[in-house]
Amino acid sequence: MVPELGHFALILALAVALVQGTLPLVGAARGDDRLMALGRTAALTQAFLVILAFGALTQAYVTSDFSVANVVANSHSAKPLIYKISGVWGNHEGSMLLWALILSLFGAAVAIFGANLPDTLRSRVLAVQALIGVGFLAFLLFTSNPFERLSPAPTDGNGLNPLLQDPGLAFHPPLLYLGYVGFSVTYAFAIAALLEGRVDAAWARWVRPWTLAAWCFLTLGIALGSWWAYYILGWGGFWFWDPVENASLMPWLAGTALLHSAIVVEKRDALKSWTVLLAILAFSLSLLGTFLVRSGVLTSVHAFAQDPARGMFILAFLLAVTGGGLALYAWRAPKLESSGLFQPISREGALILNNLLLCTLAATVLLGTLYPLFLDLLTGNKVSVGPPFFNATFVPICAPLFAALCVGPFLGWKRAELWPALMQLRAAFAVSVIVAIVASYAIDGRATLAAVAFGFGVWLIVGSLVEFAGRLRLGRAPLAASLRRLRATPRASLGMTIAHTALGFVVLGAVATSAWHLELMRTMKPGETVAFAGYQVTLQKVEEVKGANYIAERATLAVAYDGRPYTTMQPERRLFLVQRRQVAETAIHTNLLRDFYVTLGEGDRNAGWVIRLYLNPLAPWIWLGAAFCALGGFVSLSDRRLRIGAPSRRPAVQAAE
Amino acid sequence: MSRRLLFLLPLLTLALMAGFFAWSLLAGRDPAAIGSVLVGRPAPHLDLPALRAGDPPITDALLKSGKPVLVNFFASWCAPCLAEHPLFTRLGEREGATIIGIAWKNKRDEAEAWLKRLGDPFKSAGLDLDGKTGLDWGLSGVPETYAIDGNGIVRMHFRGPITERDLNESILPFLKGAK
Repeated sequence: MVPELGHFALILALAVALVQGTLPLVGAARGDDRLMALGRTAALTQAFLVILAFGALTQAYVTSDFSVANVVANSHSAKPLIYKISGVWGNHEGSMLLWALILSLFGAAVAIFGANLPDTLRSRVLAVQALIGVGFLAFLLFTSNPFERLSPAPTDGNGLNPLLQDPGLAFHPPLLYLGYVGFSVTYAFAIAALLEGRVDAAWARWVRPWTLAAWCFLTLGIALGSWWAYYILGWGGFWFWDPVENASLMPWLAGTALLHSAIVVEKRDALKSWTVLLAILAFSLSLLGTFLVRSGVLTSVHAFAQDPARGMFILAFLLAVTGGGLALYAWRAPKLESSGLFQPISREGALILNNLLLCTLAATVLLGTLYPLFLDLLTGNKVSVGPPFFNATFVPICAPLFAALCVGPFLGWKRAELWPALMQLRAAFAVSVIVAIVASYAIDGRATLAAVAFGFGVWLIVGSLVEFAGRLRLGRAPLAASLRRLRATPRASLGMTIAHTALGFVVLGAVATSAWHLELMRTMKPGETVAFAGYQVTLQKVEEVKGANYIAERATLAVAYDGRPYTTMQPERRLFLVQRRQVAETAIHTNLLRDFYVTLGEGDRNAGWVIRLYLNPLAPWIWLGAAFCALGGFVSLSDRRLRIGAPSRRPAVQAAE
Repeated sequence: MSRRLLFLLPLLTLALMAGFFAWSLLAGRDPAAIGSVLVGRPAPHLDLPALRAGDPPITDALLKSGKPVLVNFFASWCAPCLAEHPLFTRLGEREGATIIGIAWKNKRDEAEAWLKRLGDPFKSAGLDLDGKTGLDWGLSGVPETYAIDGNGIVRMHFRGPITERDLNESILPFLKGAK
């Protein structure tokens, strides 16, 4: 009965979303307070109903209710509890339900925290949010019903895709969706602003926390996905420019641009139509990613259930959301007047440069992802665009972005001098150049570009810290005064410094891992020892072990350094019994400066086992850096939350209402 | 007016993209499986320099040895090739299959380094730097794998990486049956 309850709750949620998506709009147009108030009630009701539906599906998974087709296809009674729960979103129907859940939760959050928004703006935002919800709920109910029953019920399920039975991937989709769906709120704000015909500093101040929150979650989601690919696929790499990865990178780039351009709207009352466009694009690119991944238009190494009928629905939905938004934009945006005058050398000038470069990056990724499709349809040629394309396009565009990133914070608003800013950075520049030269000589003389890229990483870190030290007048004022300044520093600029510095660490990790890693592949029999990068690695034994729903070969390797025992590593190769599928479980020993990475390959007692060893310098920094990037966002967000209530109390904004 | 057009630009771009997407969906195109005209026909001509220094060149004779042969097109820059590589290692080392590897549009030193790193399951390895042989073979990208019987007739054609399932259900029965 519980699945039926969930199903009914979902149908009711669709009905409520229809009401929420229409009546408040009418109310906002006519100035009818009661219709506008309906938006808040409906948003809370809708959230409650979708929570109910999600709870019902979770219950079916946890109790292994094999009369539900979705549970049969994706779960198994022998699965550990955590993967029974993550199985809820580890499939197409469930992940769409998770998407709808987060969407309605964000809607409810706008209803709860948006008490200080002007009534018309709030009801329009809620209505747009609900219209997006209508699309997702209809998609679920008509094409991907997760509550479909199966009769007769089989005795056991088919189990979750073994690759997904991993703690990293259990939380990757929810984080990613928090990011994608978070952009739906900024999209709703952009549409509401176009309907209102007004974009002002107050609007930017409301949009920024939502953008920040979505951006932080997306950052964490992407980092977790990349980390997962690193340790589960066993290829030693962390980013493969696969369409699925690109699909999440594009909204991230657009969102990063939005994050920065919203500041210009807030502080300088300029760049309005551009910011609105970015808000529309960030969410559109999120939807585009979903479409590409699930429709079967592009192939990917990552497997997803693909169905052209669903593809048509998502395409129609994508067109309605993006097309509707952009049509409204083409119609209303020319009326958005900016008051600010522009000087190229100024904080806002630097932020525009940042936006141009970030958008170029997003366009590059979009082109690289879609080019095979275009070419195939136009000429029938099949090509695959791989890392060479992205290394030749994406990476060089990053160089000016990183170069300018440290200079921007030194420039003042309105008008600034470039030379004093550069002079303040001369120490950072010197350090970076020295590091790059040392790296190119000491590590690998042939990898000059890698050394330059490494220098850029150092530049980001030192440049950001120099800026922060200057802000605190560290060294130039008494320590007590600097500490006082530290306490008075707004959280937003603290967050900026953290995020920019962390980006530098990501760059260092990525460059070092890609360019300077060491690898060794050797077929080893138990008892054999190989020397690798100063370590002596001995294969002690390979044994069979039994897990909850798999059997595995587990190798035990003793690693010694200078003859002294250093660590023991146990990579596995798991064979999942239900799906007859093998998954490599790498063993990684990290000391935060480098990863010692071992995978176990094919083999048997007579021939020996294929053992692959990697030494990845600075690899942990990639994910730690990304996590700190997100942390910087959260720090900045904590500042906003305190100040978000301010504008509605200010006379200037009250007059504007 | 031109300012208006500027604001219309995003919408126009979207319309163009959407046209392509709809075309792709309606054409019923499956990017993973496109079928092959080669199955049942003699394998195309093969005349390539060897990838490994000192090996004899790769010619048609290798395909007509009377034994079934697998021909695998790969490249060091291709991630799916990495995914299927362990299966070829198993085929070559454990099942004793004869596999001809052809590095497609790949620099010699990069392909060699790739094989050195991952292991080299190929009995013979050729280099198709300009991709002409790939054209003759109807290649749509890498990786692709052809199963050729002892008489030089193509029996199976896999586009994209081979999977455990392909191995167990198609390739191994073929190798056993063709003997």
